[in-house]
Amino acid sequence: MTLSRRTFIKVGGAALSLPLLGSTAFGQEKLKIGFIYVGSINDNGYNYAHNQGRIFIQEQLGEQVETMFVENVAEGPDCERVLRELAQQGCKLIFATSFGFGDSVIKVAEEFPDIAFEHATGYMSGPNVGLYNARFHEGRAICGIIAGHMSQTGKAGYIGSFPIPEVVMGINSFTLAARKINPEFTLTPVYISTWNDPAKEADAARAMIDQGMDIIAQHTDGPAALQVAAERGIIGGFGQGADMSAFAPDTQLTAIIDNWGPHYLASAKAVLDGSWAPGNTWEGLKEEVVTMTPYHSKVPEAAVKDAEAMRLGQIDGSVAIFTGPIKDHTGVERVAAGVTMTDAELLSMDWYVEGVIPPA
Amino acid sequence: MDLTIAIIVTVVGASTPILIAALGELVVERAGVLNLGVEGMMLIGAVVGFIVQFHTGQPLLALLAAAVAGVLSSLIFGFLTLSLSANQTATGLALTIFGTGFSALIGANYSARPVPLMDSVLPETIADHPIARVLLGYSLPVYFAFFMVFAVWFFLKKTRSGLILRAVGENDHSAHSIGYSVLGVRYLAIMFGGAMAGIAGACFPLLLTPQWAEGMTAGRGWIAVALVVFASWRPMRLLFGAYLFGLVMTMEVYIKAGGGLFSAIPAELWAALPYLATIVVLVLISLKRDASTNAPACLGRPFMPGN
Repeated sequence: MTLSRRTFIKVGGAALSLPLLGSTAFGQEKLKIGFIYVGSINDNGYNYAHNQGRIFIQEQLGEQVETMFVENVAEGPDCERVLRELAQQGCKLIFATSFGFGDSVIKVAEEFPDIAFEHATGYMSGPNVGLYNARFHEGRAICGIIAGHMSQTGKAGYIGSFPIPEVVMGINSFTLAARKINPEFTLTPVYISTWNDPAKEADAARAMIDQGMDIIAQHTDGPAALQVAAERGIIGGFGQGADMSAFAPDTQLTAIIDNWGPHYLASAKAVLDGSWAPGNTWEGLKEEVVTMTPYHSKVPEAAVKDAEAMRLGQIDGSVAIFTGPIKDHTGVERVAAGVTMTDAELLSMDWYVEGVIPPA
Repeated sequence: MDLTIAIIVTVVGASTPILIAALGELVVERAGVLNLGVEGMMLIGAVVGFIVQFHTGQPLLALLAAAVAGVLSSLIFGFLTLSLSANQTATGLALTIFGTGFSALIGANYSARPVPLMDSVLPETIADHPIARVLLGYSLPVYFAFFMVFAVWFFLKKTRSGLILRAVGENDHSAHSIGYSVLGVRYLAIMFGGAMAGIAGACFPLLLTPQWAEGMTAGRGWIAVALVVFASWRPMRLLFGAYLFGLVMTMEVYIKAGGGLFSAIPAELWAALPYLATIVVLVLISLKRDASTNAPACLGRPFMPGN
């Protein structure tokens, strides 16, 4: 099975690249890898992090691979066209890095059975479509611990893009962790219905601070909330996707870094040696797909100690943040004591834990 | 009381760029030209303003550079629609698409770099007093926007040049036949609109959030275009409209974040209000068939003196 796939890929690759590359096609062993991003590689957040992963494989594998990327691809018909173009340019491995690319990936993958596709944060796989994701919520739990320790008002704000399970999971993880430190802690999510509107993110942050929240976290792609937090001089906030300390050196308490490089490298190597098979990985702190930047010096020692306990506990498996008893925001018990929620339950999460003040 | 002041300050910030851009577009439309490229010109102004602020740290220079960049981009539109009589709607849309891409291109290396925000015109100590804060605690573009509302109103209503501009917008052939340069007036109006859109764009990195991000105006250029219709082409109504839109946009996040005074009103209704208000105004305008409330008669029509 493995052998035939490799042979197939080699023959198919040579044949496909022949018309495009002319005489250089034969003897060409370079693996072409394509990436599509939903936003700009300069967003200093989510898409930037994926592109860092691409650069990582290029550095690690050097001459063996050639990577290419297309940025600002809208989720929808445009994505299908871009995927097809990458396939026709001879890419043998294609990473589609946004949730909304899913339908297009499945459709195009059927047309190109000899190409390996991998879709980030999605849920639909296929014979040549693998899935990969990162346990961002593990990082959120560490942020929550720090928020629980440092917030003086016990109220935090959370700027979200859309109420999709990934965002809801992060909100819940943050709140559960913060309430372990301060049982009275509350968190107010505000959804702004966009991934990229810095002025609106900033206004949302102002609205939260003006109403007594002294820690602001965000699940949007830019540093606007941190900038406002710095401008208003509140206790702090957290970087998302990338180190944002350049924008708010005294305000970023820590940041969750998406580190896709190792996963991308493993997939590229698997395609090179013919062992690639569609996987479904959901890795986190343990695999260093999610990492944290150093804690700010103003984070108190006790908070650092508890945050590290949360981090190391999640790495060695002794701590799982979504372990019962967990009540929802109306007080009804959703997870019984001692029970840990399954991945499938997490990935379809559509309710808030106790302590979250649900959006109107 | 503190919350009220905070809300007022945030509303003023959110309204200012929309007001400045819409004032420019109002003058352009009064001259009979429909320029849908406001969003694109704003983005070009934003990136140029950011770059100048980043390298020089001089906000006034940054605003000036943004205005110049707006004028230059508006001249592309002017040349195509006035000198070559291209379709104004299509050309305006193309200018927006061009501005989005072009600003992303020249801003590509500036994304991870913060700049200082513009200072308020008052010293910190005085600006801490609530009343002083609400009246005088803003940076220059806020007062510039107010001044321009009166300047544009005065120009259109009270000056001979304003009368000529309105004549060109209402009846280009008559204006032409008595010796006024229709294309000259329209070029000047378009350049003014470009300068205002550029300054409005620069408000984003200089006033609201000190960074460059692709597409950071996020559709506010379109709100500015809609506001001109909402204001039925009158500067004073535009002032009211811009602050109404700013208030509604801001209240949406304040209500979502904490309820308070207006918690009984669902946030979704707040979010829909600007659009509902625009529809109501459009209906009212169409009911009242009075020429003075209607669009300039030549709006969007190319001028060809031969015809």
